[in-house]
Amino acid sequence: MAAGFLQRERIVAPPGWSRWLIPPAALSIHLAIGQAYAWSVFKPPLEAGMDISGVASALPFTLGIIMLGLSAAVFGTKVDANGPRWAMLVASTCFVAGFLISALGLYLRQYWLVVFGYGFVGGIGLGIGYISPVSTLIKWFPDRPGLSTGIAIMGFGGGALIASPLTNQLLTAFGATGDNPDVNGIAQTFLVMGLIYAVFMSVGWLLIRVPADDWRPAGWQPSQAKSHALITTANVSAANAIKTPQFWLLWVVLTFNVTAGIGILERAAPIYRDFFPDASSPTALAAAAAGFVAMLSLANALGRILWSSTSDWAGRKNMYRFYLGVGALLYLAVTLTTNSNKVVFLICTIFILSFYGAGFATVPAYLRDLFGTYQVGAIHGRLLTAWSTAGVLGPLIVNAIADARIAAGVQGPGRYTTAFMIMIGLLVVGFVCNELIRPVHERFHEPRADAATSTTGAQA
Amino acid sequence: MTDLTSEDRRDGALNPALIALVWLWVLVPFGYGLYQLVIKIPALFGT
Repeated sequence: MAAGFLQRERIVAPPGWSRWLIPPAALSIHLAIGQAYAWSVFKPPLEAGMDISGVASALPFTLGIIMLGLSAAVFGTKVDANGPRWAMLVASTCFVAGFLISALGLYLRQYWLVVFGYGFVGGIGLGIGYISPVSTLIKWFPDRPGLSTGIAIMGFGGGALIASPLTNQLLTAFGATGDNPDVNGIAQTFLVMGLIYAVFMSVGWLLIRVPADDWRPAGWQPSQAKSHALITTANVSAANAIKTPQFWLLWVVLTFNVTAGIGILERAAPIYRDFFPDASSPTALAAAAAGFVAMLSLANALGRILWSSTSDWAGRKNMYRFYLGVGALLYLAVTLTTNSNKVVFLICTIFILSFYGAGFATVPAYLRDLFGTYQVGAIHGRLLTAWSTAGVLGPLIVNAIADARIAAGVQGPGRYTTAFMIMIGLLVVGFVCNELIRPVHERFHEPRADAATSTTGAQA
Repeated sequence: MTDLTSEDRRDGALNPALIALVWLWVLVPFGYGLYQLVIKIPALFGT
């Protein structure tokens, strides 16, 4: 394969290329890498087959999420410079290699290879893959950036929906379930999944195109773009963006919005069982808790596209007011009503999780509004360190407090009241930070000549 | 995107079949995952 095949110049769309081919290209990457959230399916067979602890079986996932944040931050500028085909191919290669190395590790009974393969190598694929289509989508959809990035980022939420039943079926087919799973069967599952993802993701890097310099949506002119003080026509580099208060205010907003969502999501099944323990049998209670987790997953995925596309007309700042302000009120409602009304509990938690997903999906368009399109992918990559932080913070708050309350003999919803009050506080802080976001000072802007070029897609 | 020349149409740039195919490529697996998820929800209401 010639290196030129990956160059940005080779993927400039010909006249007439439909921009509606770009979201499926992005989805083929995000639906694949979203598999990471289904890692828990591998944990029981790995623990039983390799005789390892729960902490050890979580290591590949934990390292993968850490590498996601780090690689998005480190390689973000390179992704913007080399273009989306290069980024998608590198992401696919790393992600698939992670599965293949893990399969080899299991055949050789060397668990460290699973940690290295899935966690380190695959994690780099997660980070590069996550940011790879974002700036391209924003440039193809200057009239609807929230909708376009919402579609792609919904894919990341939807990836686990596909991977979870697929993994279960493969593990069963290869005899890798039960108390004595066949380790070679787990290896075969990794191998087959790696091959499936290699084929599935190839559509992404084959199909992706960047718009030509003079391309614009039919009937749309930059002058028609929604005008608002927070929507800039200038551009800010990634290096300058992290020197602005706006970047760090948004970092806090994203961190606390994600923390509040993860607080429920990470412990969803135990929370449901503690709030509504009355069921006809333990099996019925387990099934109901699984239904609760499924409903939250659905809310997480749908919130990404629904609220993010709404932000195209409501405005990004207003949407974060909504996520954070209403989110705090919903947490307050759950804290006050506890288990007195199941319908209220379900409605509140569904909306909280939809805001969690929406926070991820709306942020690329918010960054575009504040910093322009020039290096929005790289800036997005740096902002994703907020995700890694929240990934530690959310479970830590809820689990530490709940475990302490359980140890103190507290029963039912009382186990979570303190944690939920902390979440309300974090959401209020996030709300205030969002209120403090103002347009970026022009001393951080790139020279206007660059700005004029990039708004027509030259940097896509 | 609507002002296509015949040359543009020949290169298949705006081939509706291609657009439909690539959307199916991603929507079919997503629909499968969604179905597997939705069938778990009735248990939440004890049915």
